[in-house]
Amino acid sequence: MQKIGVFVCHCGSNIAATVDVKKVVEMAAKEQGVFHAEDYPYMCSEAGQSRIAAAVKEKGLTGIVVCSCSPRMHEATFRKAAERAGINPYMVEIANIREHCSWIHKDMTEATEKAVILMRAAVAKVHLNAPLMAGESRVTKRALVIGGGIAGIQTAIDIADAGYKVDIVEKTPSIGGRMSQLDKTFPTLDCSACILTPKMVEAASHENITIHTWSEVEKVSGFVGNFTVDIRKKARYVNMDKCTGCGVCQEKCPSKKPLNEFNRGLNTRTAIYTPFAQAIPNVPVIDANSCIKLKTGKCGICEKFCQVGAIDYTQKDEIITEQYGAIVVATGFDTIKLDKYGEYAYNESKDVITSLELERIMNAAGPTKGHLERLSDGKAPKEIVFIQCVGSRCSDDRGKPYCSKICCMYTAKHAMLIRDKYPDTNVTVFYIDVRTPGKNFDEFYRRAVEDYGVHYIKGQVGKVMPQADGSLLVQGVDLLDNKQILKKADMVVLATAIEPNPDVRKIATMLTASIDTNNFLTEAHPKLRPVESPTAGVFLSGVCQGPKDIPETVAQAGAAAVKVIGLLAKDKLKTNPCTAKSDELLCNGCSQCANVCPYGAITYEEKLINDHGIRRTSRVAVVNGALCQGCGACTVTCPSGAMDLQGFSNRQILAEVDAICR
Amino acid sequence: MPVNNENWKPTIVAFCCNWCSYAGADLAGSSRLAYPADVKIIKVPCSCRVNPMFILRAFEKGADGVILCGCHPGDCHYSTGNYYARRRMTLLFSMLDYLGIEEGRTRVEWVSAAEGVKFSETMNSFVEKVRTLGPSVRLGDLRCKN
Ligand SMILES: Cc1cc2nc3c(=O)[nH]c(=O)nc-3n(C[C@H](O)[C@H](O)[C@H](O)COP(=O)(O)OP(=O)(O)OC[C@H]3O[C@@H](n4cnc5c(N)ncnc54)[C@H](O)[C@@H]3O)c2cc1C
Ligand code: SF4
Ligand code: SF4
Ligand code: FES
Repeated sequence: MQKIGVFVCHCGSNIAATVDVKKVVEMAAKEQGVFHAEDYPYMCSEAGQSRIAAAVKEKGLTGIVVCSCSPRMHEATFRKAAERAGINPYMVEIANIREHCSWIHKDMTEATEKAVILMRAAVAKVHLNAPLMAGESRVTKRALVIGGGIAGIQTAIDIADAGYKVDIVEKTPSIGGRMSQLDKTFPTLDCSACILTPKMVEAASHENITIHTWSEVEKVSGFVGNFTVDIRKKARYVNMDKCTGCGVCQEKCPSKKPLNEFNRGLNTRTAIYTPFAQAIPNVPVIDANSCIKLKTGKCGICEKFCQVGAIDYTQKDEIITEQYGAIVVATGFDTIKLDKYGEYAYNESKDVITSLELERIMNAAGPTKGHLERLSDGKAPKEIVFIQCVGSRCSDDRGKPYCSKICCMYTAKHAMLIRDKYPDTNVTVFYIDVRTPGKNFDEFYRRAVEDYGVHYIKGQVGKVMPQADGSLLVQGVDLLDNKQILKKADMVVLATAIEPNPDVRKIATMLTASIDTNNFLTEAHPKLRPVESPTAGVFLSGVCQGPKDIPETVAQAGAAAVKVIGLLAKDKLKTNPCTAKSDELLCNGCSQCANVCPYGAITYEEKLINDHGIRRTSRVAVVNGALCQGCGACTVTCPSGAMDLQGFSNRQILAEVDAICR
Repeated sequence: MPVNNENWKPTIVAFCCNWCSYAGADLAGSSRLAYPADVKIIKVPCSCRVNPMFILRAFEKGADGVILCGCHPGDCHYSTGNYYARRRMTLLFSMLDYLGIEEGRTRVEWVSAAEGVKFSETMNSFVEKVRTLGPSVRLGDLRCKN
């Protein structure tokens, strides 16, 4: 028989204003096995916790029920308090009478009745709780960073500087991410490559960092501290050890048709290519879809010209398997497709472009060598219209409900740069709101308006109409002057919404990390644990978690690194003891459970079993506690009722059901 | 057995997986999104932990409705748990319907940790549905009193 103590928290007035806590205490005291019941304004406080300890000591309690906020908030706190008071932490259960009761109900009688029932369910469960011992697992002191944008690079450098090994897996031929595509960066207008390239070099030359570009994560198994990851190193057809990066292959390659992804498809590249001049590694890849040799067997020109014999058409994809203690996701973003926004004529006119395309056009290494010109006729635009919030803050399903956060600032940047370099070009910006919170951000925007004469119009654009003379007619409204506007433009730039890299779904599934309805990775707590995913050992860095500019990305990247370092600094981790366990007397070795276990935690052994005095050998299921994650799939599948989950046993859950339906 | 009594309070058991739906319920709470107090939540690690036996027991003990909430397909913390749950519940619910526990008394719903609004809306509509069906008596006949 357990001796149970029930502790009811007021949570200031958060609970006590709606739930009659005295009544809950009074009802608790009547429950079978409850030897102590009290209430306290803040159970989680130092004083509240010491009341628990005192009651444990005084009454010899063996089990504890805390009626308080969600266990997601303070279960760990109360388990630790129990441990300090000398009882097993798994003898604690929480009745969630705040999030699930006082905060959603108004009527005191109703809320109190419900709180009493939730208390009873927790008491009924604790009666069946058994002490559980957390196991231990080793920590592999190496981290994996998925994605080599500025987020991934910064996280990797910070972890490596602390003395731990880090691998970066980057899908494209080079690290650098979107930042390598930008021309200048707000709010200081320094050149993106000038600040990014040194970071890329630092990562590449760091003794603790290994970079796998042109690679993807294929499979992830294991758990915090002990992940096993398969990485596909795609065939590069160029020997990384031999190549000197001279670039002669790219000059000679006769296949010049494929669209240049780095320049957002605004021009073409060769079949053998490095995406940009500062690429790291500075080793080209052959795009097998457009290489004549790989497609037809003829050509072989690059091989002939390569003086060091680095070209190898026989290369195959290679899968390498590595162990990691922690994984950081830094897969970044892309801009949304504009197919559903026919009104902006993006697909009809070459002179309607996205902001990211404009970055490439303004960049000296871009398709126009940095000259601002129309892609249709190469003429310099005299009138440019920027349209904000294209697909952002959108209430229908064509776009995204959220604010992309960076567009107001980069548009001010673009407008300013254009006005600076081409003073006789007029710039007009259509906006819904200008959002420039951030250090030196509003000042930056005001400079665009006040010093550079950028014309801001509050209002939306209904339509962009390409005209026969090659110009564009922009139809919009001016909400402040309350009038329709028809504006002739030579170029229209769309501040296109950003969305997480579409790959993130696949990655999240592999990692069992969760993503929200917009495909951004979910943090363990939106305020208090912003760089951890709810899955232990998985961390978030950069725009994959939500829209961010570079300063915020770098800050978050550092924060993620600190969390990783904290984890890797430990030699051993406590494992979740709420694992499955099979009753050898009941198990008939049918193998059903192993079939449903997602972690391969169940194996079978021939065991000598003492079945009520009769000795027999029998094939029985054995659960590896280090692999079992405690989902419970096996317990329901087991036809003989042999498999049960510790901490969430059949009897415990039935006791809760009974208490609720009593 | 529909009742006209407005004061009738159904007993509703909601099984919520720890990773998504329980967190969704917490979010409904912190966003103060009300739903009837008739709903009592039991936390399970994953929707796949819910044994049909638990649901039968609930009806046996007098529950009027049982709802199972888990992560969206593809989002289960354990990858595939909710697929198992979905298959098991499809079978169980059709059997229950056959036994006279009408379809409206059972439901599976995917609620993510970000869907406080969906959690609250789901509970409101589920309770509403159960109210129109009235008290559940079919398994109550077999009720095994302790
Ligand atoms: C038009 C435009 C202008 C901008 N201007 C500015 C500015 O002036 N100042 C500023 O502060 N910010 C600016 N930004 C924002 C800035 O680009 C981002 O803050 C920054 O790039 C985010 O970095 P990241 O590493 O999170 O993501 P990314 O830069 O997107 O990097 C992600 C990396 O992960 C890789 N990856 C993706 N999926 C996988 C996978 N499955 N496996 C392996 N690797 C993968 C990608 O290839 C990429 O290299 C601008 C953005 C845009 C669109
Ligand atoms: S940052 Fe500005 S332009 Fe971009 S979505 Fe937000 S409000 Fe619109
Ligand atoms: S509870 Fe069962 S199915 Fe789930 S991880 Fe553990 S052994 Fe595998
Ligand atoms: S963890 Fe939510 S359904 Fe499996």
